Amino acid sequence: MDKGTWTVKTGLAQMLKGGVIMDVVTPEHAKIAEEAGACAVMALERVPADIRAAGGVARMADPNVILAIMETVSIPVMAKCRIGHFVEAQVLEAIGVDFIDESEVLTPADETHHIWKHDFKAPFVCGCRDLGEALRRIGEGAAMIRTKGEAGTGNIVEAVRHMRAVMDELRKIGSMTTDELVAEAKELGAPLELVLDIHKTGRLPVVNFAAGGVATPADAALMLQLGAEGVFVGSGIFKSSDPEAIARAIVKTTTHYRDPEVIAEVSKGLGAAMPGLDIKTIPTDELLAPRGW
Amino acid sequence: MKKIGVLALQGAFVEHIALLHHLKVEAVPVRLPQELRGLDGLIIPGRESTTIGNLMKEYDLIALMRELALDGFPIMSTCAGMVLLAKNVSGINSETLGAMDIGVKRNAFGRQVDSFETDLDIPAIGEPHFHAVFIRAPHIERSGDGVEVLARLPNGVGVAARQGKMVVLAFHPELTSDLRLHAYFMSIVRSER
Repeated sequence: MDKGTWTVKTGLAQMLKGGVIMDVVTPEHAKIAEEAGACAVMALERVPADIRAAGGVARMADPNVILAIMETVSIPVMAKCRIGHFVEAQVLEAIGVDFIDESEVLTPADETHHIWKHDFKAPFVCGCRDLGEALRRIGEGAAMIRTKGEAGTGNIVEAVRHMRAVMDELRKIGSMTTDELVAEAKELGAPLELVLDIHKTGRLPVVNFAAGGVATPADAALMLQLGAEGVFVGSGIFKSSDPEAIARAIVKTTTHYRDPEVIAEVSKGLGAAMPGLDIKTIPTDELLAPRGW
Repeated sequence: MKKIGVLALQGAFVEHIALLHHLKVEAVPVRLPQELRGLDGLIIPGRESTTIGNLMKEYDLIALMRELALDGFPIMSTCAGMVLLAKNVSGINSETLGAMDIGVKRNAFGRQVDSFETDLDIPAIGEPHFHAVFIRAPHIERSGDGVEVLARLPNGVGVAARQGKMVVLAFHPELTSDLRLHAYFMSIVRSER
């Protein structure tokens, strides 16, 4: 019996496909998310919008917060560690977290190195803005990728930019001749074997979700139609006026993302979505997506 | 040509459809109640059983699927699907179809860090052993008289079973390229009884 293998790690990500992963800060939130049909929850001390507002250094959540959520729900529980902070990751693995998010939403602990994720039995998900970044993370052992977007803004524009970048580059590699792939791998800063693999299959070797800015059912469907295999919703649920309704609506939309009639139906009367932020009004040094490389 | 539906609410349904296509079987995703009509068999893929149970209820699929299951319709279900078909489940608060006379324990092996892969002896499909991937998997705690346990782990715990035209698997054949269990299911779909 082999535990913590690549198949088992990427396999859990496969099971999450077509689903919604919701940020929660209390067991009550987690229960609402589970009942609304979330395929997993992200256990946090604060949602990204509050992390953004609070400023300072954002760290891994108190293990008690995460454990309380793990005891409440039966769906997988994810938790975030800082980029490069492999000891926070060790702690999360030790308490039995099902998936670790090495996340730009927290303050990076290392500006040069990401965690060598192959050393862990728990699977990791990492953010990316383009294909090169995605493949560097997969090379380090990420079993799942999410585009970064700009967390805590309720603004989908960055998520769209990042998903389009990834999908465009996947298509480009698919249409290249074999002898162009080495230069392309160099250009992307990505491991050659992963570029060769994409050339063959036309797709990323792991599941890719969208994150960072999803606030409405239509936002979720937009990301899926652009190529995401599921969505993370951070502040979008519990910063809205009716979290339960919006959670259900986003789950339903994610299943029926190609069916405008369903999306129209579930979008009716949802109350106020989370307040949004124009990315241009955020000082450059407060943007989260450029964290990591 | 036989037509198999794959419940496509969430999870690895694309992989099941791809394996069926390799077997030259027509396979279609099922998201809405009307898509259950006109099928010769159904696959319920792996997923979180809580989520899939809630969604089946929400999308009005559960009553229709229970009708099919109790009527002896061919159904193969993996992981969470096994939980959904079981008569008794320890530690579940959402509704199941209760069509197979087995008792099942959810997340029986622990959390994700305890997920594993191993080679299983499954006499019904012969040699070689089947490479089985278990992800937050359930196992069979009890099986009734009409149930044939198809595979066990070395410690004796049942992880695959058949009753009538229903097959349940605690693991994920769709995460491998081994077609034998899907072929086995198709032989059940094609059989007269």
